[in-house]
Amino acid sequence: MSVKYGLLALLATGPMYGARLRAEFEARTGGTWPLNVGQVYTTLGRLERDGLVESVGEADEEGRISYRLTEQGRREIAQWWEAPVDRSSTPRDELVIKLALAVTVPGIDVERVVQTQRAATVRHLQDLTRLKHQAVTDRAGDSDQTQSAGANEHAWRLVLDNLIFAAEAEVRWLDHVEADLAREARRAKTTAQPTHTEPTLTATPPTHATEPAIPGTRTP
Amino acid sequence: MTTTQPTLRLIDVHRTHGTGEAAVHALRGVSLEVHPGELVAVMGPSGSGKSTLLNVAGGLDRPTQGRVIIGDTDLSELDARGLAKLRRRRVGFVFQDYNLIPSLTAAENVSLPLELDGERARTARRRAREALGLMGLMDLADRYPDAMSGGQQQRVAIARALVGTRRLVMADEPTGALDSHTGEEVLRVLRQRCDEGASGLLVTHESRYAGWADRVVFLRDGVVVDATGSDPVERLLEPAR
Repeated sequence: MSVKYGLLALLATGPMYGARLRAEFEARTGGTWPLNVGQVYTTLGRLERDGLVESVGEADEEGRISYRLTEQGRREIAQWWEAPVDRSSTPRDELVIKLALAVTVPGIDVERVVQTQRAATVRHLQDLTRLKHQAVTDRAGDSDQTQSAGANEHAWRLVLDNLIFAAEAEVRWLDHVEADLAREARRAKTTAQPTHTEPTLTATPPTHATEPAIPGTRTP
Repeated sequence: MTTTQPTLRLIDVHRTHGTGEAAVHALRGVSLEVHPGELVAVMGPSGSGKSTLLNVAGGLDRPTQGRVIIGDTDLSELDARGLAKLRRRRVGFVFQDYNLIPSLTAAENVSLPLELDGERARTARRRAREALGLMGLMDLADRYPDAMSGGQQQRVAIARALVGTRRLVMADEPTGALDSHTGEEVLRVLRQRCDEGASGLLVTHESRYAGWADRVVFLRDGVVVDATGSDPVERLLEPAR
């Protein structure tokens, strides 16, 4: 997501200067996607050029300029709320690419790649769970927080939930990859077996070669 | 590395069902430790040996090879009666379907293992109420299971698993019948009891719940294939494939 809509959505609540926009963005998303103030001002510059925001009066005594939405800016953000987020473009995912390559490049221990990743993702999940636990405990212990602090905390918990669900989905996918690898290995073994019997086609084939492979069994 | 004595130790545990050609190797050389204050999750696909591991670790089933040690008791030295006594005093189980006795109130359910162990009813009830109180469930003490939600029943089951002198809980898919929010509440309670010094072994196939554990052990075909965190024993015993 571009920073653009984040800033427009915040400015819809009232005029703000750059550093305040950055602080508000981070407070509402738990600092998960940190912004630098330069990025905020560059974006504000573009939004002003495109007629979506305008500065409010002169700089204050600290040299800060506040911005507000123009009418066009209001229409733009209203459209953003109404339209679904575009999911048609697939961002490059390093893990997916890594595994796709692992199954096609010879000599890679794909199982190992899967297991190493799963342990790391579950560790990440443990970290996220601790953060979530902390967030919920803090809320329980702080009954007299302000309404906006409460709303920001709520938003932060939802962001954490999203990260937890994403990590969980990754683990499920890795489990699936592992099961799939095992199935492929068994299939390869089954289809490879008849070739051993080829030289003895005219004779009675050894009984063990015709026995069906039983999934899950191993040769000692 | 933890210096306290482990609550639970599994050393090179094997469990084979059947013999000869038909033998099914449910566990093949599993070693792990659970220390006081620790919650260890066991993950793996169905049929990987998770539940067998839990049953063997909790003394419901015996290993065909290897040792299971709870505190300083080697389970192989106990007969069936000794095992039953150990389970009453040291180990509690939590299952997916809560397993509360419908004709008993929450407090009576929790006090049951103590009464079975010969504790006087009055003392047992008092301890049961203490266990419920620790988990913020005092309001439920006199309710019957059918008047409680699934999440409440499961929290009562956890109180029962850790009542009196019990400090080790074996949880087999405890969130299986619960929605994600209630499941999280149950894990929060389990985590809290472990933070207070209990030990837990949690079998789950859902990583979101395994996220509550200090360590996660991955089982596949009865073998520990990987683990998060550091358990020195696991690293020493590379499974034989």
